[in-house]
Amino acid sequence: MTVRSMIETIRLTLEDEMARDERVMVLGEDVGTQGGVFRATEGLKARFGADRVVDTPVAEAGIIGASIGLATAGMVPVAELQFLGFAHQAFHQIGFQLARFRYRTLGRFPLQVTIRAPYGGAVHAPELHSDAFEGMLANAPGLKIVAPSTAADARGLLTSAIRDPDPVLYLEPLRGYRLVRDEVPDDEHLVPIGTARIARPGRDVTVLAWSFQVVNALEAAEAAAEEGIEVEVVDVRSLVPLDETTIAESVSRTGRCVVVEEAPRTAGFGAELTSTVQELCFLDLEAPIARLAGWDTPYPMPLLEKDYIPGTARILDAVRRTVAF
Amino acid sequence: MPRVDPSTPEGARAALTTMWTIRRFEEALEDLYSRGLLHGTNHLSIGQEAVAVGVCGALEEGDLITSTHRGHGHCLAHGADPMRMMAELLGRVDGYCRGRGGSMHIADVDAGNLGANGIVAGSMTIAAGAALSMRMQGRDAVVVCFFGDGAANEGSFHEALNLAGVWGLPVLFLCENNQYGMSMSQDSSTAGGSVAARGAAYGIEGRRIDGNDLDAVHAAAAEAVAGVRAGGGPALLEAVTYRYRGHSKSDRNLYRTLDEIESWRNERDPVDRFEAAAVASGRLTAEDVDAVRAEARDLLRDAVQRAVRSPEPTVDDLDGAAYAGRSTAAVA
Repeated sequence: MTVRSMIETIRLTLEDEMARDERVMVLGEDVGTQGGVFRATEGLKARFGADRVVDTPVAEAGIIGASIGLATAGMVPVAELQFLGFAHQAFHQIGFQLARFRYRTLGRFPLQVTIRAPYGGAVHAPELHSDAFEGMLANAPGLKIVAPSTAADARGLLTSAIRDPDPVLYLEPLRGYRLVRDEVPDDEHLVPIGTARIARPGRDVTVLAWSFQVVNALEAAEAAAEEGIEVEVVDVRSLVPLDETTIAESVSRTGRCVVVEEAPRTAGFGAELTSTVQELCFLDLEAPIARLAGWDTPYPMPLLEKDYIPGTARILDAVRRTVAF
Repeated sequence: MPRVDPSTPEGARAALTTMWTIRRFEEALEDLYSRGLLHGTNHLSIGQEAVAVGVCGALEEGDLITSTHRGHGHCLAHGADPMRMMAELLGRVDGYCRGRGGSMHIADVDAGNLGANGIVAGSMTIAAGAALSMRMQGRDAVVVCFFGDGAANEGSFHEALNLAGVWGLPVLFLCENNQYGMSMSQDSSTAGGSVAARGAAYGIEGRRIDGNDLDAVHAAAAEAVAGVRAGGGPALLEAVTYRYRGHSKSDRNLYRTLDEIESWRNERDPVDRFEAAAVASGRLTAEDVDAVRAEARDLLRDAVQRAVRSPEPTVDDLDGAAYAGRSTAAVA
């Protein structure tokens, strides 16, 4: 085990997977010579060459479309979208070509493709560079979506994503790239896609979060503990498929649930979680499920992002209200 | 009549003033960023001033522009007040969009700037639609669609040129070719090697021009705009220029040499070249040049001082912001 930052872990994992399987390749904007704008691919071109670490033109639909073609013919592409906000340029290729090939071809083209995309706010970046758009793509059957909050999970989930027979959208928290540091296995490490993780056990209320909101939820849980409230934080980490078992077991035990996400509230992925919990845990619920989200506006200017994103204070407030209900 | 005619002493002075205003604006951003007063990233157009000033100077009142992520120059050259622009980039209420747009999504609606765009090629089809609107309403206006060399490889570029070509729209596509789409050189990213040549595929005449020669840019833009306004259909200019700074703050310039940057700055700088040309032709004196530099410096100093005093927006400011007549207040 070595303590590593999330971005360093992602780079290391890409390198390990490329070394392990020569079909694995990386493509995207600035990923080669520049080593990625966040340095997630630094050094890969020097080690594996320009054929396997491909600098592309600014053409997101082309990057994903080419990845589909590469995978149909036997390569294992790991495409980088420089920001998830640029995925809209490739929306049809991701949600409605890449995700549907298995279905359409009776499984003959399962498309072993990973799309890496940094996303999320609180880094003073503008709209389209900060928005949380995962809910839009969660509505595209055939596409798996994972969003780690720790460096160890970043390794485990990226390894699983690259080896998964289905396309996986792998979401990296911009805010956590360098802020998140924890012990990461040096050797091969897989986290099964479709499994949630109890990030902190507690008996009074369950907070469901993913990506950087897990960090905020854990901070809120610390503060709540000082008030005598024991919060269980569940890192959802795999949005599609969802680990309904772990989530339902936790909420049924605590009887209370707070769902946290960064996206606009209307039709955000939090609504899906809320509905799922309601269906699975109805008779165990002691309070309405609380939902925290951004507002129904585009991502705001830096001076207001601390209010837009559900931070520690809003999570703590929702925890108190839910427990007091 | 074009707003600015740099062949006259008054026009040359106005053009030089705007070029210096843009450069000082960009430098002020670097300063604010280093002092922690400006957040996020920014895309500076230092070295590209002649394109924005030459093209926007060739327009008339009522003409429209669409802009890019590297659009501060376009915005200023199309008439924006540096103080209100600076306030926008600082996210303050006196900004053109009360801080919502910031650097990459600023729009100056009154001046006919339909907006910068954080998505590469994101404005191109919008420009085509605006041009169709002008024609349907019988207005005599031209739309200038600024875009970069990188944008020519996005699908929207081709959709926009095709729409404009097939509908014969009054739009000038203005490629500001600074030779790199982020870290990718045009040679390595652009099949055929030329954006101008792609116009032919859509029946649009494309010309490549020296984007660091203000007189040449202005002359080419004026001619193209006149043809478009006369009903000749869309035009395409590829102005070859160079950005001195990185693509954005994270850029470590690993894809080009310091020698290359220095040679552009020392030998082909658009501001230096226009000052020399204007003095040599008798349009400006050396004293005029000094006065313009001082004027731009004072203008920006004042703009920054007033912009940083502009109030910060509050949460209430976003109420109802995304819809007509609906509250979007935070829900805890």
